[in-house]
Amino acid sequence: MEKKDFHVIADTGIHARPATLLVQSASKFNSEITLQYQDKSVNLKSIMGVMSLGVGKDADVTISAEGADEADAIAALADTMKKEGLSE
Amino acid sequence: MAEKVLKGIAASDGIAIAKAYMLVDPDLSFEKTTVSDVDAEIKKLHDAFDASKAELQVIKDKATESLGAEEAEVFEAHITILSDPEMLGQIEGKIKDDKVNAEEALKEVTDTFISMFEAMTDNAYMQERAGDIRDVTKRVMSHLLGVTLPSPALIDSEVIVVAHDLTPSDTAQLDRKFVKGFITDIGGRTSHSAIMSRTLEIPAVVGSETATTEIKEGTTVILDGINGEALVAPTDAEISDYQQKAKNFAAQKAEWEKLKNEATVSKDGKHFELASNIGTPDDMDGVLDAGSEAVGLFRSEFLYMNSAELPDEDTQFEAYKKVVEGMKGKPVIVRTMDIGGDKHLPYLPLPDEMNPFLGYRAIRISLDRDDIFRTQLRALLRASHYGQLRIMFPMIATLDEFRQAKAIFEEEKAKLVKAGTPVADDIKLGIMIEIPAAAILADQFAKEVDFFSIGTNDLIQYSFAADRGNERVSYLYQPYNPSLLRLIKHVIDAAHANGRIAGMCGEVAGDQVAVPLLMGLGLDEFSMSSTSVLKTRSLMKTIDTKEMAKLADKALNECVTNEEVKELVEKNVFNK
Repeated sequence: MEKKDFHVIADTGIHARPATLLVQSASKFNSEITLQYQDKSVNLKSIMGVMSLGVGKDADVTISAEGADEADAIAALADTMKKEGLSE
Repeated sequence: MAEKVLKGIAASDGIAIAKAYMLVDPDLSFEKTTVSDVDAEIKKLHDAFDASKAELQVIKDKATESLGAEEAEVFEAHITILSDPEMLGQIEGKIKDDKVNAEEALKEVTDTFISMFEAMTDNAYMQERAGDIRDVTKRVMSHLLGVTLPSPALIDSEVIVVAHDLTPSDTAQLDRKFVKGFITDIGGRTSHSAIMSRTLEIPAVVGSETATTEIKEGTTVILDGINGEALVAPTDAEISDYQQKAKNFAAQKAEWEKLKNEATVSKDGKHFELASNIGTPDDMDGVLDAGSEAVGLFRSEFLYMNSAELPDEDTQFEAYKKVVEGMKGKPVIVRTMDIGGDKHLPYLPLPDEMNPFLGYRAIRISLDRDDIFRTQLRALLRASHYGQLRIMFPMIATLDEFRQAKAIFEEEKAKLVKAGTPVADDIKLGIMIEIPAAAILADQFAKEVDFFSIGTNDLIQYSFAADRGNERVSYLYQPYNPSLLRLIKHVIDAAHANGRIAGMCGEVAGDQVAVPLLMGLGLDEFSMSSTSVLKTRSLMKTIDTKEMAKLADKALNECVTNEEVKELVEKNVFNK
């Protein structure tokens, strides 16, 4: 399993547009991918799941992937997080 | 004889004949049933999801084309919701475990999500997402039930759109190639749908009350936007009669076209400035086609309404610059953000108020949220370098408000100048006259304010204490009432006594009965929908202002009612 922690810096947190892009990016991989925030974790391929977390600015989240393409998935998602200005 | 003749309010000139397209939500009610063939039910569910996704893709592509990628993002979000494995999984689970039909399973699962998002009361943005899920659910449900959920983007043949009302996002997606006109149940001459119909230059009738119940999908309709009528299922004779009328109207328009490059001059040689009202830079084609001498009202709130978040300084700057450059040195009056009342921004939640038109709106918001206001002023200041830009503040009630707004303007100007940004140094600052308090004190305002623009829709609403959206009191929309005309005269005289310009940017400025009177009263600038400009120029050429000054005097001092003034003008100007 691959894991990576992120500190959310965007003022609006993970709202619709970046959430949509994260979900789209996650959906390209076969691995099971989850987003964990506080004590809850959701399927990162589920837009409703991601938005229901209500991740705001300064939140610490963890993305984990499990499967054949887990390393690529984490790399791609880290890239999206950065591109969308969600984390550094 | 046609099956029925519907009467409404003539919102936009012209005649169209086409089949009706009902932009009405179909009946999506269903019975909860127990299913025996679970696999078949799940397949039905998947088919409905696939069909919905395909439809949304079409809508998204169309919206990208007509509104731009940013506006179309909402449909991308809808597609993502439909691709959500969790949601689909839960619905499948319900069908399998509870043996309920797909409709019931869909409803139960989406209801859970909707209430979850709605419960996020600390996050208005998330609460709005409940609406997205509702929209998506409606679409899937329509496919499960085998009914069509109409969408303006799915129209691909010539039609007349029939709707209860048209929202800004509906009208933005109307393709002029196919939509020949529209008719709605509700609305008045100044409602959003009516204003848009004139911008799109398609005939429209609004406020018919019964269009959606009296007209059926696919029925032929003659839409007469000149007289505010719709003939449902007309006879062949009526169709040929109206085809002739449409031809005459086109000939009349061609006649007006010839005035495009002429100055606006009365019969006795007095010049008036004829200007256009616009909402976005896209409306500039209409302005240039009409040969307008200025943009008298750029409703900047459309930049805010057509955006998913507060438009930043650069985005606004580009929009203002485009219009200012397009006018090649002719004046462009930009009205600062006029939000509130009936105009809302999804990303700027306003408190629920008992009387939103009397509440937190326009300049009141700008002065309270000066972060938003300063961004807009900086964008305007930067754009001023590219032509003749003027700034106008909406909903000014007191001189204090104007002074505060001006002080903020001066601060931002000084900052930009200090930073070396090129800024015009003679930007005129004006106010909308739409609150009676400001109209009455116009003589004092005129000492400090560079120009006035009378906003008649609101001035009438506030003078007669009659909500302009409430049909029960629509008889109080009295643009020719002597009380209003006296108020207008007072404003014009106050402006002139101080060497200021008095203009008008409400519906009345293009009203064929009011125009002669306003010329008589000495109004300097008339700003209206681009589609009314040439017609008005043609009228103005026939008017003698000295005669009209006398007529206006009569209207103000001898007439008592709206009707009397109207008859006076009709008798003396149009039926001489």
